[in-house]
Amino acid sequence: MRGRGGIDWLTARQRAKALMARVGLNDDPDSHIKSLGVGKQQLVEIAKAISKNVELLILDEPTAALNETDSSHLLDLIREFKSHGMTCIMISHKLNEIAAIADSITIIRDGHSVETINVPPGERVDEDRLIRGMVGRELTSRFPDHTSHPGEVLLEVKDWTIRHPEVTERLVCKGSTFQIRRGEIVGFAGLMGAGRTELARSLFGRSYGRYVKGTMLLHGREVAPKNVEQAIDLGLAYVTEDRKVLGLNLLDAIRTTVVSADLSRISPRGVVDRNAEHIAAEKYRRELRIKTPSINEGVVKLSGGNQQKVVVAKWLFTEPELLILDEPTRGIDVGAKYEMYGIMNALADAGKAIMMISSELPELLGTCDRIYTVSAGIITGCVDAKEATQEGLMRLMTLVPTNTTTAA
Amino acid sequence: MNALKQLFGGSLRQFGMLFVLVALAVLFHGLTGGLVITPTNLMNLLNGNSYILVLAIGMVMVIIVGHIDLSVGSVAAFVGIVVAIAMRDWGIPWWMAFLLGLALGAVCGAWQGFWVAYMGIPGFIVTLAGYMFFRGANQWVGKSLTVPVPKAFQYLGAGYLPEWGPNTAMNNSTLLLGVLAVAVLVWMQVSQRRALAKIGAEVPPMSVMVTRLVLLTVVIGYLTWMFGTGRPGSSFPVPGLILVALVIVYSYLTSRTIFGRHIYAVGGNRLAAELSGVNTRRTYFLVMMNMAMLAAFAGMMFVGRSTASGPFDGVGWELDAIAAVFIGGAAVSGGVGTVVGSVIGGLVMAVLNNGLQLMSAGSDATQMIKGLVLLAAVALDVWQKSQNKPSITGLLFPPRAREIGETPPPITKAAA
Repeated sequence: MRGRGGIDWLTARQRAKALMARVGLNDDPDSHIKSLGVGKQQLVEIAKAISKNVELLILDEPTAALNETDSSHLLDLIREFKSHGMTCIMISHKLNEIAAIADSITIIRDGHSVETINVPPGERVDEDRLIRGMVGRELTSRFPDHTSHPGEVLLEVKDWTIRHPEVTERLVCKGSTFQIRRGEIVGFAGLMGAGRTELARSLFGRSYGRYVKGTMLLHGREVAPKNVEQAIDLGLAYVTEDRKVLGLNLLDAIRTTVVSADLSRISPRGVVDRNAEHIAAEKYRRELRIKTPSINEGVVKLSGGNQQKVVVAKWLFTEPELLILDEPTRGIDVGAKYEMYGIMNALADAGKAIMMISSELPELLGTCDRIYTVSAGIITGCVDAKEATQEGLMRLMTLVPTNTTTAA
Repeated sequence: MNALKQLFGGSLRQFGMLFVLVALAVLFHGLTGGLVITPTNLMNLLNGNSYILVLAIGMVMVIIVGHIDLSVGSVAAFVGIVVAIAMRDWGIPWWMAFLLGLALGAVCGAWQGFWVAYMGIPGFIVTLAGYMFFRGANQWVGKSLTVPVPKAFQYLGAGYLPEWGPNTAMNNSTLLLGVLAVAVLVWMQVSQRRALAKIGAEVPPMSVMVTRLVLLTVVIGYLTWMFGTGRPGSSFPVPGLILVALVIVYSYLTSRTIFGRHIYAVGGNRLAAELSGVNTRRTYFLVMMNMAMLAAFAGMMFVGRSTASGPFDGVGWELDAIAAVFIGGAAVSGGVGTVVGSVIGGLVMAVLNNGLQLMSAGSDATQMIKGLVLLAAVALDVWQKSQNKPSITGLLFPPRAREIGETPPPITKAAA
């Protein structure tokens, strides 16, 4: 593509088009990456990778940000590469995808290759078999047993409507109405970009978007936190979806992170009481079983699961009434996930209300009491988790609402 | 290695820089045949550099939040000329002029802070504009002339503490300061130890504390003797005293208060800080404003020392202060740095300057060497980070093999 020191854009465009066709994209090669959806962005990334005569393609969590349709499309693509003789390594937390596509599976735990399973052609590996290898012990169930005892309504949201921060004509939440009781774990299911995170963050001190209308009631009293500080004071906590970008200061130590969301609690006259800080950090290290040699250790040294526990500890330290968990188990291993579910159950039993956003439907079905489905900014349904099925949820999640009055 | 770590409370990097500082002083002392570590030279060193070190205190906070301030030299010069004119033409007393200067600094800082915090313009741009604007303001207000300041004001930049009491063969004010410093250190160590024991945290052995206190007492005693036995009428200089006071106040502010925690939080991860209830705009605003106030303070100290305010005061100060901060271990990307480290970094530069001058090296060689030292200090930092090694002391005392890894390798587990 290089001719006389410059780039031959004509050839570059043609080649881009050819490569895009190979991954099933038919967009204009001149369109900007940011204008594409995450699914297509991932495909562009793969097209870029196969632009050089590739024999081995390594995919690191390629479907983490994708919805079911895009994921299955990507898996088809990998199958096609395989049929052309390309070797692929796929690193993933999603066991069903691994089971669906892999010819050989290597399980890694604590930096060691634990075992390699060769899957005979035409057969499918048992997912529980993979979990056993990943956890190092038999997990009788992927979700701890839990009987919930919901109390009175803690949070009630009515007609909540939020505008996109930059694109003013776009609404990210359209008249959302829902409620969460004490001791209840309420799930929010929806496709990527359905507006679940936007809903949570706009409730959490309007940290996302522009408020249009709607009311929010805590204990039946109307509240309107205008910033995160006020939201924290009201007893709201929000565990962010991307802990490294939004949840943690990776330069910080565990002890200072744990107290960082509510410093005034341990700071008479604006001066941090380091003894109180030590006591608090030790308490949560014990209670949440954060694996670290010392609370003075930097959070950057912890594993994903333990980092997530530190983020949860940071929010528990604020003694919240309502805990919003946004993808709390993304990117952490099966054992840590199980522990996270246990923590959630214990919090619900202690009378907290939990709002859980997750893209993994089995997880929502296994941990929640009720599940709201969100599609294109609108709450399209509310189902009892015991009666719900993945198919049923998916149907509600992909419902294209005709007008806002259909919102449940 | 472990003993050192216990002795210096884990901040090995600062200890490493301190070691370099002492080593440089001793080296130049030898090379110049005993001209560096003398009472008069140490006093000159403090008097001639404390205003840069005061700037470094504010600059490290700006750099921790992830900005930079290029305007400090110009702000210092602008405040200096206004204060000098206020005293000459309006006849206000020195202390009122001093307060006026701080207030003016606060106004300059609020102006810049407004653009950085509430308009979202990068500090580099805002303060580059301030660098030009306030330099011009200095020359406009002062008509590019030099304006002298009265004797009382000169005390700020070159004063000495009074002589009083019995003849101890030392300056008694300096002696009193030294004794006070040791007493405060002992009290702090003992109470910290008690607090640790009370909450059941790990308490370092008694011998470590005693060794630490004895070492510090010897150092303070030596400095007291040095500064107390200069020519008659001299003592630990007033600018040095101001510097020490500011270092204590700002170390406390940055490491122990909510505001200090917020500075590190915003610099480390602004988005996470925002979602943890930190008012990031207010933090930016206050840090920029504080920097300009310290620049005003530094400008007034300099005017006091040079007995007049001129149109070329403060030229290049911003770069000296920034260099001090980076030698002192701050990171360009923000979130990392300490007040004490930056002041030590500034002192390293000062000793280098002073030593080379005493060796009668020209300004050409001095600048070249200073440039290389800055590069070397930061390169060493970057290299250590990539090697995951402790610090400069790590180079001097290479760890034994078993100490390199923080955690022992896990026992290999067989397949389930």
